[in-house]
Amino acid sequence: MGKTLSEKILSEKSGVDARAGDIVIAPIDLAFVQDTTGPLTVQQFRESGYSRLANPQRTAIFLDHAIPSPSRQLSNDHQILRRFARENGCLIFEGGNGICHQLVAEGFASPGDIVIGSDSHTVTAGALGAFATGMGSSDVAVASALGKTWFRVPESFKVAINGTFQKGVYAKDLVLYLIGTLGADGATYKALEFEGETAGNMNVSQRMTIANMAVEAGAKVGLFASDNVTKEYLTAQGRGKEYKALYPDTDAHYEQVITINAAELEPMVAMPHTVDNVAPTRTLAGVKVHQVFIGTCTNGRLEDLATAAAILKNKKCHPDSRLIIAPASRQVLATAIKAGYVQALLTAGAILLPPGCAACVGLHQGVLGDNEVCLSTANRNFKGRMGNPEASIYLASPATAAASAIAGEITDPRKVI
Amino acid sequence: MPDAVLKGKTFKFGDNISTDLIIPGRYAHLRSNLPELAKHVMEDAEPTFVEKVKPGDFIVAGRNFGLGSSREHAPLVIKMSGVSAILAKSVARIFFRNAINQGLPVLICDTDRIDAGDEIEVNLSDGIVTVLTSGNRLTFSRLPQVMLDILSEGGLIPYITKYGDFKL
Repeated sequence: MGKTLSEKILSEKSGVDARAGDIVIAPIDLAFVQDTTGPLTVQQFRESGYSRLANPQRTAIFLDHAIPSPSRQLSNDHQILRRFARENGCLIFEGGNGICHQLVAEGFASPGDIVIGSDSHTVTAGALGAFATGMGSSDVAVASALGKTWFRVPESFKVAINGTFQKGVYAKDLVLYLIGTLGADGATYKALEFEGETAGNMNVSQRMTIANMAVEAGAKVGLFASDNVTKEYLTAQGRGKEYKALYPDTDAHYEQVITINAAELEPMVAMPHTVDNVAPTRTLAGVKVHQVFIGTCTNGRLEDLATAAAILKNKKCHPDSRLIIAPASRQVLATAIKAGYVQALLTAGAILLPPGCAACVGLHQGVLGDNEVCLSTANRNFKGRMGNPEASIYLASPATAAASAIAGEITDPRKVI
Repeated sequence: MPDAVLKGKTFKFGDNISTDLIIPGRYAHLRSNLPELAKHVMEDAEPTFVEKVKPGDFIVAGRNFGLGSSREHAPLVIKMSGVSAILAKSVARIFFRNAINQGLPVLICDTDRIDAGDEIEVNLSDGIVTVLTSGNRLTFSRLPQVMLDILSEGGLIPYITKYGDFKL
């Protein structure tokens, strides 16, 4: 019997014949934390009596959730992390570099790697064929000291994607549709492995949008094969040597096979307060939107800003609708400036925030008022997520977000492109 | 190590209780001040929870408890509130591992048969929940051995301090 991508990676790394359901110990290629989970990780590391990291140059701290810091306490947390990096020689990325998952994709994750991070959207690196999963502070503390951790080898669901997207329909619409189909716990403990002609044709940015949201169906990882698209991306990032081809075996066993015809999809929205509460965008026309947020590890990349800029060019945001933009990384921002996207967005009335998580987590930079509605390109719309349990969050693609910012209400982007 | 027999009153919650409901991101500035952070446990799901909960009580939930963020502060503040175990129909993966790493038992069982306010007794060794109020008896699934070992040491940090490595 052949192996799934998950079984292949975990077998190769652990040195045993790893099959779904087994528990294995495997070495870690990258362990990382961000600024809201890092301080507890540092505390756990010290409580365990550790004084050195197994691999300091493959241990990273990203300041992205609370930058620039909105409070004295979070500034003090940043000091804890800077001190830890200095004392232990690990990597630290200061605020303004970007969101951890974007920086992991740009600079670290390679096909066949095992990546763990104390952030649930660590799954994003599955877009590059890395077995990447979120864990808590204790797990990351211990793994960064030992250089390894334990994994239960997940059963895999194959998601076969074929057909051509209609104009105005994107990877985000596909993943919202998939989560709506699976349910918020439909893939709990499982691996989602994306295959099919359309998955093979997607660029890395689209693959990241999909892999990123695998966790919203409960999945442990969201994996794409490593192919020529992966090779081109790694080469463009100056990491061409890290490429290797990685495909599942044709006779691998999948617990479930889900087939999606991209041609039949339409723009989708996740309604408050769960990500699986999805509906076609057209059915929500007329819902007033007070804030539109384009950014995050789900949809803050160059392609996303390009899509939004094309729709907003020579247009203005609706007077009752404020538009917030936060690029996923410094590289994304710099490229978007050169391409003229930032100018188009600013002229339309957008507020530009520094590369980082920004309004997504409810700490700062776009906390919602009572009874306000936000349309966001993020991955979560839980009650209270954006800082106020009396507010509502809808999730959609950057195109839907841009079209809705102009109209001041939820709008099917096919009307404006 | 958690006692083998736990006894207390239940607080009942529905499906999809996210980590944002357990401990909202807006309190991220309190994460290095755990006693202050813990004052907000379950605040957006049940504002009176923190006043009413007593040491030994249980959180009883529906499907997919703890979905969302990897913040280990979620099981940590639940444990600090005095809750002795979480019973749910299913639990999100990261939360599950985090709870065990904090030495907080998570038991998967048919929670429809437990009502809010019931007195229950949980026997961790036998895998049995007895609802003292109704007399109902439920069984819960056994954890993988590595998680049982971590739990029996009171969490991952005491486990790793004792053994120095993972033992499978």
